[in-house]
Amino acid sequence: MIVIVDYGVGNVGSVLNMLRKVGARARVSGAAADIEAANKLILPGVGHFGRGMTQLAETGLIPTLEEQVLFRRKPVLGICLGMQMMTRGSEESDVPGLGWVDAFTHRFPEAPGLRVPHMGWNVVRPSVNAHLFERDAAEAERFYFVHSYYVRAADPAHVAATCRYGCDFVAAFEAGNLFGVQFHPEKSHLFGMGLLRKFVAL
Amino acid sequence: MTELFNRVIPCLLLQDGGLVKTTNFARPRYVGDPINAIRIFNEKYVDELVFLDITASRTGSEPDYDLISRIAGECFMPLCYGGGIRRLEQARRVVAAGVEKIAVNSMAIDRPHLLAELSQELGASSVVAAIDVKRDLFGRERVYHPGQRRLTRLSPVEHVKALVAAGAGEVFLNNVDRDGRYCGFDTDLIARVSAAVSVPLIACGGAANLDDMRAAVDAGASGAAAGSIFVFYGPHRAVLINYPDYASVRRLFKR
Repeated sequence: MIVIVDYGVGNVGSVLNMLRKVGARARVSGAAADIEAANKLILPGVGHFGRGMTQLAETGLIPTLEEQVLFRRKPVLGICLGMQMMTRGSEESDVPGLGWVDAFTHRFPEAPGLRVPHMGWNVVRPSVNAHLFERDAAEAERFYFVHSYYVRAADPAHVAATCRYGCDFVAAFEAGNLFGVQFHPEKSHLFGMGLLRKFVAL
Repeated sequence: MTELFNRVIPCLLLQDGGLVKTTNFARPRYVGDPINAIRIFNEKYVDELVFLDITASRTGSEPDYDLISRIAGECFMPLCYGGGIRRLEQARRVVAAGVEKIAVNSMAIDRPHLLAELSQELGASSVVAAIDVKRDLFGRERVYHPGQRRLTRLSPVEHVKALVAAGAGEVFLNNVDRDGRYCGFDTDLIARVSAAVSVPLIACGGAANLDDMRAAVDAGASGAAAGSIFVFYGPHRAVLINYPDYASVRRLFKR
């Protein structure tokens, strides 16, 4: 059973719909018992970093999540803000992040012609060892992005895929059982289904 | 520079729970069931879908949350909904149903501050300022009020600037005079509006083919939307839900 962590932030319905579409058993829950019983977790999220972290802290679930993710090493997939929250922090807010991955979240630089948020479809370049992407895909995998901040990883070995928008940024990271994607697989039809299928099969 | 793709977006109109297509915002013609249309668009891997509920907009009725959640449940691509959004609470319910973007049009004319409220709560990238442009009797471009079905005295460029300043993260620019006419986009207007704001702009109204969409993008749009060409086919405008294959879309935008 995959549990999509419900902390009042993010489009959990779409994630659930697509997981079911790819044949996974999944549910949305904010209950510690469900998170403990799950074999995989998804941390969704959209919107403001500080608000997301505050809401997550208010649920009291952080110790449970850390137990499951950092000690029991259950695979976890952070999506969009969920990925950013797994980093040490963000330029968007003074509230610290979860710090599960040695990475930090930065604002896209102001540049002429660069419209922020980065919103729309973009191709990603997967790393050789990335588990959630196609190796030798016939067609470059493209995903739907909506974000104004992006992740920079301290350790290049954690970069699972990069994307370019003004600068190269981390489209996905992978550090053991910790996975994060900046884009929305649940809104990236064919390619999102492929990625979620791989996460389900881990 | 960037590799962000220009989006090609079917814009679908809802009326009393069914899918319709208008001409010049009038004479709605029934084109089918929305859920069935989404299933077809899913198979064609469309970039994004926009749903506008013209009943909710005109009658002041509540958004049809049940229909919206059935639509969202079938959409494996980004989804924007507009129609009848007057308060933050309504937008919250639509987002909770699984919609990423909320378009506000009439209410953005009546009470632009709503965009600030939505933007603070949902994030700017979820808030779309939708604006309809129509020429008045003297040929002057004016903002059209779709809820009250009348022209305002607002100038499109100034209105859009105000809405983006209020918190909109995207602009959906539609054109009453070109709706359903297959006469091409108003590229001059698209150029002026997109130059006035720093957020992405989606152009709608007038597309007859993919070349028109390329022209809209060349004028400054981040994406191009259309209704007729994605629901009708052939000289007799037979109803046929369709979407170009991905390779032709990419070829279209290759510079």
